[in-house]
Amino acid sequence: MSKVKTAAPRKAGKFRRQWPLWVMIIPGMLYLLINNYGPMIGLFIAFKKIDYSKGIWGSDWVGLDNFEYLFKTDAAFTMTRNTILYNLVFIVLGTILGVAVGIMLSELRKKIEVKFFQTVILLPYLLSWVICAYIGYAFLSKETGLINNFLEMLGMSAVDWYNDPGKWPFILTFVHLWKGIGYSSIIYMASIIGIDTSLYESAMVDGARKWQQIRYITLPLLKPTVIMLTIMSIGRMFYSDFGLFYQMPMNSGAVFSTTQTIDTYVYRALMQQSDIAMSSAAGFYQSIVGFILVLTANAVVRKLSPENAMF
Amino acid sequence: MSNVLGRGEKIFQVIIHIILLLLAVCAIAPIWILVTGSITSEQELILDGYSFFPKSLSLDAYIYLFRKASDILRAYGITLFITIVGTAGSLIITPMLAYPLSRKDFSGKTVIAFLVFFTMLFNGGIVPSYIMWTQIFHLKNTIWSLILPSLLMNGFNVILMKNYFAQNIPVEIIEACKIDGAGEFRIFFKMILPLSLPIMATVGLFVGIAYWNDWTNGLYYVTDTELFSLQNLLNRILQDVQFLSSSSEISAAGGSMEMPSVGIRMAISVVGILPIMVLYPFFQKYFVKGIAIGAVKG
Repeated sequence: MSKVKTAAPRKAGKFRRQWPLWVMIIPGMLYLLINNYGPMIGLFIAFKKIDYSKGIWGSDWVGLDNFEYLFKTDAAFTMTRNTILYNLVFIVLGTILGVAVGIMLSELRKKIEVKFFQTVILLPYLLSWVICAYIGYAFLSKETGLINNFLEMLGMSAVDWYNDPGKWPFILTFVHLWKGIGYSSIIYMASIIGIDTSLYESAMVDGARKWQQIRYITLPLLKPTVIMLTIMSIGRMFYSDFGLFYQMPMNSGAVFSTTQTIDTYVYRALMQQSDIAMSSAAGFYQSIVGFILVLTANAVVRKLSPENAMF
Repeated sequence: MSNVLGRGEKIFQVIIHIILLLLAVCAIAPIWILVTGSITSEQELILDGYSFFPKSLSLDAYIYLFRKASDILRAYGITLFITIVGTAGSLIITPMLAYPLSRKDFSGKTVIAFLVFFTMLFNGGIVPSYIMWTQIFHLKNTIWSLILPSLLMNGFNVILMKNYFAQNIPVEIIEACKIDGAGEFRIFFKMILPLSLPIMATVGLFVGIAYWNDWTNGLYYVTDTELFSLQNLLNRILQDVQFLSSSSEISAAGGSMEMPSVGIRMAISVVGILPIMVLYPFFQKYFVKGIAIGAVKG
């Protein structure tokens, strides 16, 4: 082989040698193209008045009409407010609890204990939202629910949980933490285990107490993980867990004012009211604002600690 | 390490044990309620409601379920089918996409990696997806509607696998295989996959649980009750307990028995979570590992 080669044949040769790799990625890329890129292209329907008889492509363009209708309703404000406020509460409480439980798990001295508590606390994460709704019903049902039984035992009057919007911010926050705490504590515990143990050893030699070690070693070293995960959650602030907000209130219309999020609205408008105009406008709004939030969040991470940025 | 704990350390240990035990009780109690609710007599449930320690036990709910098993068995079969087919499909196409991306010499690396990554940043949402799957691919009321939309593969799992391949498979192995004359396919199937069982187990678990627990695809794409997965059946019964007794063949089979409508909700959800609970101790190791590695570099 001569040493002198032009770039083009080398590239062609590489491709010839690597064609099996290109063949391998075909099924996966085809799936992404359909499942993920197809709907992105489909976002244009938010600017159309979809009429199935004319077909998707043949339906008339209506400009921003769908958005005008959507933002004239109270629904747009309610769902945006709920989505953002729930996310804020979840981020703050979820982080605090996740870090606390992560620290506690990492302080256990016996491996078997770590395994036991991890396994048990993670259990709710494995339950489907439908099952969670059944569990919720056992607690909250007006006539047979555990909580009302308990209240009546104390001589208090029963609460009609599924018709009382004021209670749902608390219920949903509790359920979210109950289901998610195992997951987030494992993440934090993993990054605590990565901390150099010699730091703790020298701190103990210096006579540092447990809470001092946590305060001055664990927490500062966890800060990058916390910041990164928080900013990533802020990037997802326009999205909500459909299962939590749809299943737990058991689709009860009486509590929509505090349980409707963008995701549940899009579902209801599309499937229950067959209102493609409104649902596609709301979905477009969520996709675009969500995308801007992700880009912003990443830009902030890149400023703070470039090695943690996603791109 | 010395065994002598300071007094402060001892108190600290006691406190974290108490808190963790409380959390463990919080995690288990609701599942306990499902189980006790399913074996409490219907009379007690109606009069006194659910309780942690029921006074009168009865297996009526299970006997009823067993007699009218056909609906539930079919739903179970559908869930089993979509879980197995979906997970197997995912474990074929995900590593096949992830492996070339892990190869430094793969010429399409940058572009393809970006296309995968971009799906994690931006998505078109459910409305265009719904219209695409129903109007273009005509998936409505087919078993494929429970397998194909959204669950089969995602960018996160691709990147998880790509990182695993890149970090755990030495380039030298691949080079050595090439020198021995092995083609890319042979290297992938005979060398890479057998060396990657831990990540296959982890991703397989994530995907398998997602299929087993999924109720959203059914909610959107399935109206034919014959195609209900277990979760869809549960979802339907939650909204309407009578759904079970109103199914035609059921009333013929066990008309003599009145449905224990409160207990049966619990019995059927116990049946729904049973497989996961039974298998959980065996897979929890891979599951916990998967969460930890996924977070370190997503």
